[in-house]
Amino acid sequence: MTDKNFLRDFPILNRTMNGKPIVYLDNSATTQKPESVVRSICGYYGGCNANPHRGAYQLSIRATDIYETARARVAKFINAPSPAEIIFTKNATESLNLVAYSYGLTNVKSGDDIVITVSEHHSNLVPWQRVAQSVGANLKYIYLNADGTLNDSDIDQKISDRTKIVAVTHVSNVLGLKNDVRAIADKAHAVGAVIVVDGAQSTPHIPVDVRALDADFFAFSGHKMLSPMGIGVLYGRERLLDAMPPFLSGGDMIEYVEEQSTTYAELPQKFEAGTQNVGGAAGLTAAIDYIETVGFDRIESIERQLLDYALPRLRELPFIELYGCDQSVLDRKTGIIAFNVRDVHPHDVSTILDLEGVAIRAGHHCAQPLTKYLKQTATCRASFYFYNTTDDIDRLVDALKKVRKVLRLDP
Amino acid sequence: MTLENIYTELIAEHSRSTDNRRHLEHATSVERGHNPSCGDEITLELEVADGKIIDAAFNGAGCAISQASTDMMIELLKGREVDDAKRLATLFIDMIKGKVTDDDLLEAELDEAATLKNISTMPARVKCATLAWHTLLTSIER
Repeated sequence: MTDKNFLRDFPILNRTMNGKPIVYLDNSATTQKPESVVRSICGYYGGCNANPHRGAYQLSIRATDIYETARARVAKFINAPSPAEIIFTKNATESLNLVAYSYGLTNVKSGDDIVITVSEHHSNLVPWQRVAQSVGANLKYIYLNADGTLNDSDIDQKISDRTKIVAVTHVSNVLGLKNDVRAIADKAHAVGAVIVVDGAQSTPHIPVDVRALDADFFAFSGHKMLSPMGIGVLYGRERLLDAMPPFLSGGDMIEYVEEQSTTYAELPQKFEAGTQNVGGAAGLTAAIDYIETVGFDRIESIERQLLDYALPRLRELPFIELYGCDQSVLDRKTGIIAFNVRDVHPHDVSTILDLEGVAIRAGHHCAQPLTKYLKQTATCRASFYFYNTTDDIDRLVDALKKVRKVLRLDP
Repeated sequence: MTLENIYTELIAEHSRSTDNRRHLEHATSVERGHNPSCGDEITLELEVADGKIIDAAFNGAGCAISQASTDMMIELLKGREVDDAKRLATLFIDMIKGKVTDDDLLEAELDEAATLKNISTMPARVKCATLAWHTLLTSIER
């Protein structure tokens, strides 16, 4: 059941927006942060701040401990075999860029194929475009069935002996549909390719097990799962990370530096140049604690309940067009609903909802090729997290009923 | 700020008006403008002769504010000297930035486009309102 008690932990959700109580339905963009996470960041900077891995004094040792505890916590959270395979970055985008530039530029050659899906976020698309352009490789797209799911025969057709990398999102950030990553990983591995998984929209909402997915690389952002902005994660298979050249270079990622040459630190430091976001890592640990206390069973069942409540109410509105919400996909649908109001641009919808206190996202959601593929210029997106309630859905529906009236399209 | 202050009758009308949505047979310049973050897109066509905008038209897709603003701009600038159009575009942009606030002056100079003044209090929509005017300035610079 949806639960108003969570609101006690998220003071921001008790504020008002344009004079109305906030209904926050932009969780796919970023989630709100519980007090425990905010406290952990304040606690770090207020009591434990020092540069980790450097000083041999107590504060620095404490900072190192907080940072490395977070790494071990993340490894356990996604069932990674070793904390050395957890690289901290600033977000999923940086994680994916790290793989593209370090692994991609080294291993993809002219004439090879990189295969992605048309529903990728720009962060799992533009870096691959750049790699393909740099080395003269082909960037191939897996397209969708009419219901928004990946087309299986297209997967089989696009993944071939020429494929070196398959990069795919675990959950689409527009349609909210889960992809069968394991099946795609098996196909990629069968042709000797690696699979890169964008987990930004899955990790906050469903249990992630990188071993069960057989992912070679898995990227996610802290800020979409209750953590502060500026901390992200890349999981990579140890043997792959070991063989890869560094991405960024500088302090803390070295072993010996001579005037003309350098040897690099072991994993994971090899990929963590410069002073890292220890406060963010402390926040991420607190966020994982919070999520595990709620539990994924409960998170999934609340989001399911919100979907089951929202979809029929949205379908009742004759002027709403839904994307990726067909009956055939509901078993793989997460709490993301993309829609349009007939004859109204999403930005106008979003402004009108804003004035009613309802926060949604409008635009192309950093997935322009998908928006184009859906034959839209932009869409609206409402996305849920476990702290949302059925009251929030009522407020969304009530606000949507006003949109066409405000624009004088309906009496 | 209330919905009625932003989505006025006038803006609703202009956003749907088709009077200026057409192609010019003798366009002397065609300029595309777009807001990558939201997907507003317009193509502005001008027919300029002897330093004067003889005719103007546009095609595009986007939010009510960007489309209404474009339509209002064309109505305002048709028949004006290019230099005058440039001056008014700068004035409009300054109004949206909140730099010029004198209602009497704005209404006298910008006519219906002055009703978009409220957008100056909505940072998220500033780019929608100014898209056409920036596109016009780019077109004139060329």
